[in-house]
Amino acid sequence: MENAFTIAAYVVAAILFILSLGGLSGQESAKRAVWYGIVGMAIAVLATLFGPGSGLWLASLVLIAGGAAVGYQLATKVEMTQMPELVAIMHSLVGLAAVFVGFNADIMINYISDIYATEGQVLGVVGDDGVVIGLSKEIYEGLSSFGKLIAKKSSVEIGILRVELVLGIWIGAVTFTGSVIAYAKLAGSSSMLPFAVDTGAKKLPGGHLLNAGAAALSVLLLIVYLSGGGSWALVLLAIAGLFIGYHLIMGIGGADMPVVVSMLNSYSGWAAAAIGFSLGNDLLIVVGALVGSSGAILSYIMCKAMNRSFVSVILGGFGGPAGEQMAVEGEQIAIDADGVATALNEADSVIIIPGYGMAVAQAQGAVSELVKKLRAKGKNVRFAIHPVAGRLPGHMNVLLAEAKVPYDIVMEMDEINDDFPSTDVAIVIGSNDIVNPAAQDDPNSPIAGMPVLECWKAKQVFVSKRGQGTGYSGIENPLFFKDNTRMFYGDAKASLDKLLPMID
Amino acid sequence: MKIGTPKEIFEGENRVALTPESATQLQKLGHECLIETGAGVPAGFSDADYTAAGVEVVKTAAALWKAADIVAKVRAPDANEMKRLRAEQTLISFFSPVADEAKMKAAATKGATVIAMEMIPRISRAQKMDALSSMANIAGYRAVIEAGNNFGRFFTGQITAAGKVPPAKVLVVGAGVAGLAAIGTSTSLGAITLAFDVRPEVAEQVESMGAEFVYLDFEEEQQDGAATGGYASVSSPEFREAQLAKFRELAPEVDIVITTALIPNREAPELWTEDMVAAMKPGSVIVDLAAEKGGNCKLTVMDQKIVTDNGVTIIGYTDFPSRMAAQASTLYATNIRHLMTDLTPEKDGVVNHNMEDDVIRGATIAHANEVTFPPPPPKVNAIAQQKNKPAAPKELTPEEKRAAEVAAFKAQTKSQMTLLAAGGALVLGVGLIPGMPASFMQHFIVFVLSVFIGFQVIWNVAHSLHTPLMAVTNAISSIIILGALIQVGSSSALITILAGLGIFMASVNIFGGFLVTRRMLAMFQKS
Repeated sequence: MENAFTIAAYVVAAILFILSLGGLSGQESAKRAVWYGIVGMAIAVLATLFGPGSGLWLASLVLIAGGAAVGYQLATKVEMTQMPELVAIMHSLVGLAAVFVGFNADIMINYISDIYATEGQVLGVVGDDGVVIGLSKEIYEGLSSFGKLIAKKSSVEIGILRVELVLGIWIGAVTFTGSVIAYAKLAGSSSMLPFAVDTGAKKLPGGHLLNAGAAALSVLLLIVYLSGGGSWALVLLAIAGLFIGYHLIMGIGGADMPVVVSMLNSYSGWAAAAIGFSLGNDLLIVVGALVGSSGAILSYIMCKAMNRSFVSVILGGFGGPAGEQMAVEGEQIAIDADGVATALNEADSVIIIPGYGMAVAQAQGAVSELVKKLRAKGKNVRFAIHPVAGRLPGHMNVLLAEAKVPYDIVMEMDEINDDFPSTDVAIVIGSNDIVNPAAQDDPNSPIAGMPVLECWKAKQVFVSKRGQGTGYSGIENPLFFKDNTRMFYGDAKASLDKLLPMID
Repeated sequence: MKIGTPKEIFEGENRVALTPESATQLQKLGHECLIETGAGVPAGFSDADYTAAGVEVVKTAAALWKAADIVAKVRAPDANEMKRLRAEQTLISFFSPVADEAKMKAAATKGATVIAMEMIPRISRAQKMDALSSMANIAGYRAVIEAGNNFGRFFTGQITAAGKVPPAKVLVVGAGVAGLAAIGTSTSLGAITLAFDVRPEVAEQVESMGAEFVYLDFEEEQQDGAATGGYASVSSPEFREAQLAKFRELAPEVDIVITTALIPNREAPELWTEDMVAAMKPGSVIVDLAAEKGGNCKLTVMDQKIVTDNGVTIIGYTDFPSRMAAQASTLYATNIRHLMTDLTPEKDGVVNHNMEDDVIRGATIAHANEVTFPPPPPKVNAIAQQKNKPAAPKELTPEEKRAAEVAAFKAQTKSQMTLLAAGGALVLGVGLIPGMPASFMQHFIVFVLSVFIGFQVIWNVAHSLHTPLMAVTNAISSIIILGALIQVGSSSALITILAGLGIFMASVNIFGGFLVTRRMLAMFQKS
């Protein structure tokens, strides 16, 4: 199926992909790196299209063009606040494509063994000389390249091939439904799906037993399929995978979506790698492994930033509190735009902590305006980004970049956490758990031990929040009750728009 | 209910307990407001201002006391006013239950309710009504201003054409509300400010305001300020000695001393002794905010300014808030207004004197014909207990540091070795499976190496680029299009259709993923 040139092209593409990921270590090199990825993809696709063995290349080109049109629409129309949804729905496409390709491989195996049967031979029998007894030359030449590959395999290799394609189909199926559900949860009311999905954590009765049951069933079906059970077992396997993807993600709440999306990212990679094994295509394996490990690392970083184990996130919901949580003493004191403006006008150093609420209120533009005004007055304004702020790893950075906030004043948690004591004003916009001092003070808090931004050490803290209440996680935030905290109630964008003209 | 404010009778008292602004707020609670004619004039509020705010101006004090259900004033009532106080009437004012014990008992016998502003508990919920703090804040500010008025030099250091002026050195003793206000004012005027307090936990607050905390060379388990409601308590004789020694050392250097040390219900401790005054430079100023309780300096004369033989001015005024009557009245009236908000939970003009409420119970000293002082201890502690701070990390010796580094390196080596051994065993194990075809192992090697490269590369990706990373991995994971491209030329129609769909979806992803990544990356701009 591959001649030397195709393989050579794959090597070049693989190197370009690795460079493309490696280039993301800095903002400037990333702009170059994305071109490596594009060129790598073009080389890989062209080499396959025009290489030997592939047919219908005109039809393929038409399909690619169609896909390109849709992709162009998606990529240019999407709001930056909707990035999590876009990424999630794209994962689902990779998952589904993996399922289709996997099924095709199975159909092909059946097709080849049928040919063997009509010839009175059995697929995969190894002759005395250790070489697979093949078909007669005319029939062999009549097969497609993938058919030839299968026809050459021994029965053991066919068995492994089946395990690989089962893995590819199953992971692809989990990725597909999981991503669709993640998309629906992230998009909320703006979801384009024909059905509505509850954004909270919802499980069917039976909870994780259902997932475990479906997983056990999958293993059983794998055995049935391998012992010659036929394609129906494969279809059932795919359905089990689809169910697990659906039910697993339904049980996870909106705020844990960063982990879910990066996990699905990882799965889509592993699915591609498994398909690569079954097709014997090294480039698929390389890229699948790169993507899979990338998603795994992102999930790990997210979990670490929440001080929770990967398993506890995936199994859904917060673990119950270990004991009585500390009662919060004091009251939330409100402040109006006037008061915030006065404090900001007097401050020399300001740190802004954005969260998902900023994205929901589409307030990034107003935030950027505010920063521009403050910086024009020579104040030191910076942003502090918690790794799990937003609904996607790095989501806040992209939103701020879109609003033209220069990236060199956008800091990571570790870079800026020590600077709060010397800061005059900290502004919390739409974030909650990531600035909760209970994570440090209260060993019984559900988020105890989670690294948080220590904004309460600043001289004054303003919290822009829609109203009183605990938000998604239901954890009381003692920050709101601190003496140096003032609550700036209202929609983040409306509040900031009111504030802007008062900054002089 | 009708809330009335009479004119303050006490000589020199300029404050007033009701301002036009607070009256507007009180009316929102459903109350009516009365004021004696001319009561606000010393603080700068005319009768016309009050009338404009909807306040009824009453001609005489007697009429006012008669009409009002609640009387709000600043100073404790004098004998005449006590006579006017009647049953079922509520009096809100400064009212010391210790110094004015007889009056308190008389009020209780009459059946009047007395809320003493100095008895408002020091819990965070009650801060907005804490009149002692708001008055202390003014006193601290004013103390610096008075000191500056009597000090013949600049606060801030300057280099002028005519020569260099050194900055003034200010010592603030006692970093309570007044002390902190004095520190803030003094630092913002540019003076070098030192501050001392017996509670070492306030050092952080002091330093956050730009002053230098004066530490003593003294080892003693300090009493936790939290146990006494945030107020200072009496210290041991040894501690006192160390403290005085430190002050003696500082006396010749400092230009202005502001003492604010008070212990509740006790005479003020003597902190600035006569020999310290004698050691000070001529022209120096001492402002003693504890003058009312005997003074932190024994030379202080209450309500007077004196100059000692060596030219040190000692100010013993006790009416600092009254000297800033407009500001003080605004804050005091706001305190009263917040108290009324708590007393009128329904905002319907009906007072609900809830004796279960910590704040109201604490401040009420006479109610329903009974003396209700002292109150039971509040249910919540004023200030969180100081946690036992972990011992400061010891400075490590070079040997210890090296040992720690070696240990860390060894641990790292160990974990890496374990990982390598486990990974190696896994790979070898796969190869050992009987009948494992070599063709699979070739692909397996590629897979393992790719995972390895993936981990190495991804760890270096900047956190801020994680979203572009996901978009780009999304695009390149659509490499699965290769599988579909190979299959699409099959002779089976079903395969072709499925593969065609696969090609379409994957190319949506390829183009969408790369384009959106480009779009995002183009947004990242350096300033």
